[in-house]
Amino acid sequence: MNMAVYLSSALAAIRLNAMRSMLTALGVIIGVASVIVMSAIGSGARQEVEKSISRLGTNMLTVSPGSRRSGGAQGGAGTASPLSQEDMDALWQRVPSVTAITANLSANATLVYGNQNWATSVTGTNESFPVVRDWNVAQGRYFDAAEVARGAKIAVVGSTVARQLFGGGSVVGERVRIGGAPFEIIGVMETRGQAGGFRDQDDVVMIPISTARARFAGQDVSVPNQVGSILVKIDNGEDLALAQDEIANVLRHRRRIRPGAQDDFRIRNVAEIVQARTAAQRTLTWLLAATAAVSLIVGGIGIMNIMLVSVTERTREIGLRMAVGARRRDILAQFLTESIVLCIAGGIIGLGLGVAATYGISKLAGWPVLIDTTIILIGIGASALVGMVFGYIPARQAALLNPIDALRFE
Amino acid sequence: MTEAEILSRPVATKTDQAVVSCHDVRKTYAMGEQSLEVLKGVSFDIWPGEFVAIMGPSGSGKSTLLNLIGALDGPTSGALQIDGTDISNLESDALAHLRNRVIGFVFQQFNLLRRTSALENVKLPLLYTTHHPRHPDEMAEQRLNEVGLGDRLDHTPSQLSGGQQQRVAIARALVNNPRLILADEPTGALDTKTSNDIMELFTKLHAQGMTIIMVTHEPDIAEYASRLLRFRDGLLVEDIEQQPRKIAP
Repeated sequence: MNMAVYLSSALAAIRLNAMRSMLTALGVIIGVASVIVMSAIGSGARQEVEKSISRLGTNMLTVSPGSRRSGGAQGGAGTASPLSQEDMDALWQRVPSVTAITANLSANATLVYGNQNWATSVTGTNESFPVVRDWNVAQGRYFDAAEVARGAKIAVVGSTVARQLFGGGSVVGERVRIGGAPFEIIGVMETRGQAGGFRDQDDVVMIPISTARARFAGQDVSVPNQVGSILVKIDNGEDLALAQDEIANVLRHRRRIRPGAQDDFRIRNVAEIVQARTAAQRTLTWLLAATAAVSLIVGGIGIMNIMLVSVTERTREIGLRMAVGARRRDILAQFLTESIVLCIAGGIIGLGLGVAATYGISKLAGWPVLIDTTIILIGIGASALVGMVFGYIPARQAALLNPIDALRFE
Repeated sequence: MTEAEILSRPVATKTDQAVVSCHDVRKTYAMGEQSLEVLKGVSFDIWPGEFVAIMGPSGSGKSTLLNLIGALDGPTSGALQIDGTDISNLESDALAHLRNRVIGFVFQQFNLLRRTSALENVKLPLLYTTHHPRHPDEMAEQRLNEVGLGDRLDHTPSQLSGGQQQRVAIARALVNNPRLILADEPTGALDTKTSNDIMELFTKLHAQGMTIIMVTHEPDIAEYASRLLRFRDGLLVEDIEQQPRKIAP
């Protein structure tokens, strides 16, 4: 008996009980569909993260205050004394591989324009921000060094803020109130899109850091010209680790950290920042993958159950096949083929449902999705494997029937 | 004997060799602590072209004997040769091969695959032959023609009468050119008229030289055979040659 015969006999048996076969395969259908959806969402998010890495540039470093150790107690991140304007100037002067540098000082504030208002994040930066972040102005202009020096009340908004506050109308030159003070909008940034699929990078307002320091941030008396974090762009082709060491040396000297003591600041590159963000996503993906695996296993148990029923129902048929010359391995192969075909058919239906659900989700929730061809093969392969593993026990039971008893079975 | 050796054996009839040869065959079933001896030493030969009826009350061992001759089971002791092959120590694959090539089964309950056409039912044994026949459809169709169902190829068992179903089963038994037809109460589920039709078919096959062994408990059905074996309590008690009943004109 050859493969084509096994296949046609399996298909005939499945057709005979079409409804039951369909219900039996439901577990596998749902399992494969969820595998497809999970992985599509997972790889979509991953692709988005990779895009944002390449947008940020891999040659950017972030310096932020670390934890302070007082006595035996270790404080949390950001408990050490803040970084200052002077730290930034020192890095600019003493680290040769730094090509651009800017500082951030963020606060939450509400923008008011006429009867519209919009709560967002206000970031104080200097004129180098567009260069460091590789992020250009779409309309108008960015503020210059002189404006930063004198603390001008001017702002550059992200595209989300522009859309929310002004609708489709003109933005540049309009006056808004930020945290109660009047500001003039001088530019709109290019649209960046979602970062990692969840945070809107365009929902932001940039103002000169001196203005931000004066108006929004609580002053730490010990550090007069404080900044939140420092963003450094390293020359392309320079060794990032080396630059990181040089920056650390300058800061350790300035902050009077004794040799052997631990840094009270953190230097991170973009890859690390993104990794931290994707770790949570990866956990979620694994969780969803586990759910899919469980539903495949449950589906497999359903297949095993119905195949056992089928073997019992068809005992006489098995006896007859043995009487006309079927060997044990013929019977084994017949029932194994049947359960594998059933599972693969379920897998294909699941695949269709999964692809449909994926596009539904991406339309409704606006999440980025990506269906990988390998995951389609994995889905089909997994269902074939389920058919093989869970079909084996029933098939073996059929093959080991005694032909005499099977023929007399009522 | 390996499968290859069985295959290489010539299919042509050797008139000097018995189709079935039993010598002191015993069969004992273990029933927990006790053991039950169903066949208590049976010896006989069945020669090519014979039409043998096996009779006996229930418990006489005739069903057990039929399972042994059908290569569905092996004897506990004694020698049992089917077409020259001693089946006592055969592997299950070799037994399956023997059932496929040498024996054609006909059952009381027909045992056709439901919702499967007559043609597909007849083709079933061909699926399990080790060398795949080139024209299985033609072979099956020819057999159905021989049993008078050439116009019912596409009918499923539920669309056929009991007699027609048994004819399909006989065509199935014949499809692989067996040396021996083994019929277990072939008319047990049929009315008298249909039973006689089926027996006419057997008589015709017998006239063509087919060896037939038939278990029955109906004396008028046994009359169609050329030889009668009667069993009682696990022993062969009567073995007579008889003039087969003539087919009514």
